[in-house]
Amino acid sequence: MNSKLLSNTGFYLLVAAVVIFSVFPFYYAIITSFATGTALFEVNYWPKHFDLSNYKTVLGGSTFGRSIVNSVFIASTTVIMALFLAVTASYALARVRFRGRGLLLMSILAVSMFPQIAVLAGLIELIKFLGLFNTPFAMILSYTIFTLPFTVWVLTTFMRDLPVEIEEAAIVDGATPWVIITQVFLPLLWPALVTTGLLAFIGAWNEFLFALTFTLSEAQRTTPVAIAMLSGASQQEIPWGPIMAASVIVTVPLIVLVLIFQRKIVAGLTAGGVKG
Amino acid sequence: MTQTAQGPGRDLSLQQQRQRAAFWFIAPMLAALFLVAAWPLLRTIWFSFTDTSLDNLYGGQWVGFDNYLKIRTLESGRVLYKGTLVDPAWWNAVWNTVKFSVVSVICETVLGLIVALVLNAEFKGRGFVRAAILIPWAIPTIVSAKMWAWMLNDQFGIINDIMLNLGLISQKIAWTASTDTAMMAVLMVDVWKTTPFMALLILAGLQMVPRDIYEAAKIDGIHPVKVFFKVTLPLIRPALMVAVIFRMLDALRIFDLIYVLTPNSKATKTMSVISRENMIDFNNFAYGAAQSTLLFAMIALFVSAYIWLGKVDLGGESGK
Repeated sequence: MNSKLLSNTGFYLLVAAVVIFSVFPFYYAIITSFATGTALFEVNYWPKHFDLSNYKTVLGGSTFGRSIVNSVFIASTTVIMALFLAVTASYALARVRFRGRGLLLMSILAVSMFPQIAVLAGLIELIKFLGLFNTPFAMILSYTIFTLPFTVWVLTTFMRDLPVEIEEAAIVDGATPWVIITQVFLPLLWPALVTTGLLAFIGAWNEFLFALTFTLSEAQRTTPVAIAMLSGASQQEIPWGPIMAASVIVTVPLIVLVLIFQRKIVAGLTAGGVKG
Repeated sequence: MTQTAQGPGRDLSLQQQRQRAAFWFIAPMLAALFLVAAWPLLRTIWFSFTDTSLDNLYGGQWVGFDNYLKIRTLESGRVLYKGTLVDPAWWNAVWNTVKFSVVSVICETVLGLIVALVLNAEFKGRGFVRAAILIPWAIPTIVSAKMWAWMLNDQFGIINDIMLNLGLISQKIAWTASTDTAMMAVLMVDVWKTTPFMALLILAGLQMVPRDIYEAAKIDGIHPVKVFFKVTLPLIRPALMVAVIFRMLDALRIFDLIYVLTPNSKATKTMSVISRENMIDFNNFAYGAAQSTLLFAMIALFVSAYIWLGKVDLGGESGK
């Protein structure tokens, strides 16, 4: 009995350690974001101050609000484009038998493994050629490289598992493939679309390398670049308060979304690869 | 697949019609992927054999392998070697990348396995714990880098404060600035951020292990540790192998965390960081392209070897 109590206590201590380790850094960022002046430079484990001036500094400045708008626009457009291209493609990949399908699926997966740096030089050329440098469209175009393969992959796995009968019935009724996709599959696909869309959104929202390379002016920056570049009056003085406030602003919506959709996200993350 | 009993002639035309539609459905996606992936990759490789500069992308001349290795014999008979392959900064970056990838993936796999085993047990508040571990995953990498940079701050950081209070260190450490600890700092943040992802992938594998196996082992009185190594681990091996390769690929191309957490530190500069630095900041565009080509080749080789040696079934197709 005693050893059972001991192992139970040990188990819950482990659980507590996991939770604290996961949550503490963000908790600490929130505490810091409410501290200003000298309060910033005393180490506090519990919330002591509640001062919104860091938030006012960040949002009052002309560029950070603009960066949020940029990020929202870029991430949503990227998601819509990826979903549109992926739904039709994954219908064909999941439902129609043709030669080279397996190879095609593997190539698509291979693209998602590309190190982004390997396409950077070529993308700079392409983006300058298309005249998209320093515009949101540079990011929308380049983010396709990681959102599209992933979306196609997950949607294909999802569609492969849908029952054949519903499609057969539609074919007997003389429905064209386009009608089958829009009228038969799309209503069933909503859960998968929400998951993949959300994951693609998070990917686009967080991306840094392309956003850093393809933007020049402050007004065009996305939020990760803006946060990385936030600087104080002098080189030495890092404005930790505003940085933490900006971090909290861009992270809270994501955390809320992830917590609401957590089951779906876990399913989406594990789809494809781990199915076998 | 969808043939119904309507005679072979109709079947064929239906199948053909479907295949034609399939082609038009796939074509736009392939065109998009060609435009943003295949073409830029080919251009990068091409640039790596030229002396192109960033301000004059179309003025490059073909220079062969000079960006990789250039051997010149001087009149005095001395042989000069130039290029990435003899550049100590490049090999330092290669070594940093490999060190970072191997250590971080091992730590994340072990910790992820522990967390997954915890989450696989039935206990009160399991949903809450799962939600909690999703938080590091949801936080943008740049934000995590800044958060940890602040926590690891040498003067006012909470990590130094905790460790001083616990008596683990005797004086404050400049975690991100000092060359001895910079890599450790990067590893710490990466493990914190990606262990949840690992845990969730492993958990998905664990949940496919039938519960009655554990029941049977319990009745036979087999020690849980033995059950884990003899039964659970072999059963989740496919899921584990896939999770490891995805993490490994992410680790090998790491850029953002290092760029923000330990800028310009020689101890943490990885292949991606040094390539971009040459390409953009140092105006060695073609040289950087050569380095990123090498990184691509390394990753491609690694993936092929891993799939071949580990017999990893990425598609889950053969299992069907």
